[in-house]
Amino acid sequence: MADIQHLKDVVSQVRRDIVRQVHAVNSGHPGGSLGCTEFIVALYNEIMEHDPSFTMDGKNEDLFFLSNGHISPVFYSVLAHAGYFPKEELSTFRKLNSRLQGHPTTHEGLPGVRIASGSLGQGMSVGIGAALTKKLNGDDKTVFTLHGDGELQEGQNWEAIMYASANNVDNLISTIDVNGQQIDGSTDSVLALGDLRNKFESFGWEVVTVDKGNDIESVIAGVQEAISLSRKRKPVCILLHTEMGNGVDFMMGSHEWHGVAPNDKQLADALQQNPETLGDY
Amino acid sequence: MKTYTNTGNKDTRSGFGAGLSELGKSNDNVVALCADLTGSLKMNAFADAHPERFFQVGIAEANMMCIAAGMTIGGKIPFTGTFANFSTGRVYDQIRQSIAYSDKNVKICASHSGVTLGEDGATHQILEDIGLMKMLPGMTVINTCDYNQTKAATLAIAEHHGPVYLRFGRPKVANFTPENGEFKIGKAVLLSEGTDVTIVATGHLVWEALEAAKALNEKGISAEVINIHTIKPLDEEAIIKSVKKTGCIVTAEEHNYMGGLGESVARTLSLSVPTPQEFVATQDTFGESGTPEELLEKYGLNAASIVEKAMAVIKRKK
Repeated sequence: MADIQHLKDVVSQVRRDIVRQVHAVNSGHPGGSLGCTEFIVALYNEIMEHDPSFTMDGKNEDLFFLSNGHISPVFYSVLAHAGYFPKEELSTFRKLNSRLQGHPTTHEGLPGVRIASGSLGQGMSVGIGAALTKKLNGDDKTVFTLHGDGELQEGQNWEAIMYASANNVDNLISTIDVNGQQIDGSTDSVLALGDLRNKFESFGWEVVTVDKGNDIESVIAGVQEAISLSRKRKPVCILLHTEMGNGVDFMMGSHEWHGVAPNDKQLADALQQNPETLGDY
Repeated sequence: MKTYTNTGNKDTRSGFGAGLSELGKSNDNVVALCADLTGSLKMNAFADAHPERFFQVGIAEANMMCIAAGMTIGGKIPFTGTFANFSTGRVYDQIRQSIAYSDKNVKICASHSGVTLGEDGATHQILEDIGLMKMLPGMTVINTCDYNQTKAATLAIAEHHGPVYLRFGRPKVANFTPENGEFKIGKAVLLSEGTDVTIVATGHLVWEALEAAKALNEKGISAEVINIHTIKPLDEEAIIKSVKKTGCIVTAEEHNYMGGLGESVARTLSLSVPTPQEFVATQDTFGESGTPEELLEKYGLNAASIVEKAMAVIKRKK
């Protein structure tokens, strides 16, 4: 059984790390990072079998690929607290000579990252490739990917979505962060995504909807349901409804905080709302 | 001068197919992906013998490149197959981020490069791909000259860790390099020694360079011919050594002069031994429909053009 209080403590600490990282360099993407905190914390602390001693090949481990690489602050914080690298390194985020580049990369050798991402729309294809190799290797672990909802406007996703069902890539669970926001405004105002459940289902995927994507227990239940639907000849999609900026009241529910850093006062306010639980970096 | 015998015209893409087929038997980690051009890329033998390791992705090259990148995670060695245009320009960002920047061990195998693709015309004839690929940090760029060399290169790149762009073509051309010859990535092949002019050629123009050397020899001009199958990393030492002897150079490639072999050679020489150079290449233009022979003639990519440029560059020697 999940230790929910512990997971909530991790979530609180990760949210602190996110706003502190972004504040320190006055750049980065807090909104989407905060919105996906419960999901990524759940994956690395409850769902996935993974080894922080890290090998690129990740054989016999569950793998996670972050396709919407701009939410790197949440990814880095979760990896650090999971033991992939010292949490003190979070202080180098986006600085010169850091392994914590603005968008995640393998290029600087940061443990936990297996592909560069940031230019959108590529991660599902990468996840399919890793899932196919797992099948060839007789490796029964699962590949997880995460994508922004706005990211689905990139056409390559639909090539990948078509491929995965046509080829029964059923060891792949792709999660869409449905927060309804992107840089220029709401997804509806920029380029409406329509009925995502219908779209994925008509492409031959199993679809799980998580209405409360910022509730750790709902997230865990949703991912576990997705796992139960996997390995039945269909890829599985989780439509994870989150709130951009969740956990910091003045950032919530707006695209305004997609790529904007808080000032000193706003930082203090944000930290007030997310108590230190595991120790700040 | 050393001469070479054409053992019979063959297409370089079939050399790739033969190499891939051999790899299928010898290396269990080799997987192949194709975007609806299995027959054109001569990948059928591999696909038939190893269906579990062959991935037909359909007309979706972006997806193919990133699936290939993902397949390396867990130790596979993916070979992607489609036309040169769809292997590079169409998927540049996928290659840049998910393969080159991510240092993935993907072999991008590109057929139908250059104008010799022929009648399909400029939409399918890419003359910019060497430039696109050589500008990517960490990318190895290879353009083979005949069937035997393409097969050897296909085998060699499987043993090399890192992203590779392997460029070959559609038409049947002279097959003259040794059968089962050794292929050393980054090592130029000195085909024929000479003293008056150096001709460095890549791809289909290597045979044309040998034909040009014969014609020059009849005019009393001694040409040194070097096959540069690897454009990146470039065998700078071999080129510098040759021009120190000959004092001038012609570069020959089925590619735009911008971004091609010629520019890489010019940079090398300008930094060490500034040397008069002439370029046999397309002149910042798109291609068009026609037979391969007609197109090579029209765009000045044959032995006659190499001879002409050689005569011109010799006159520029001090």
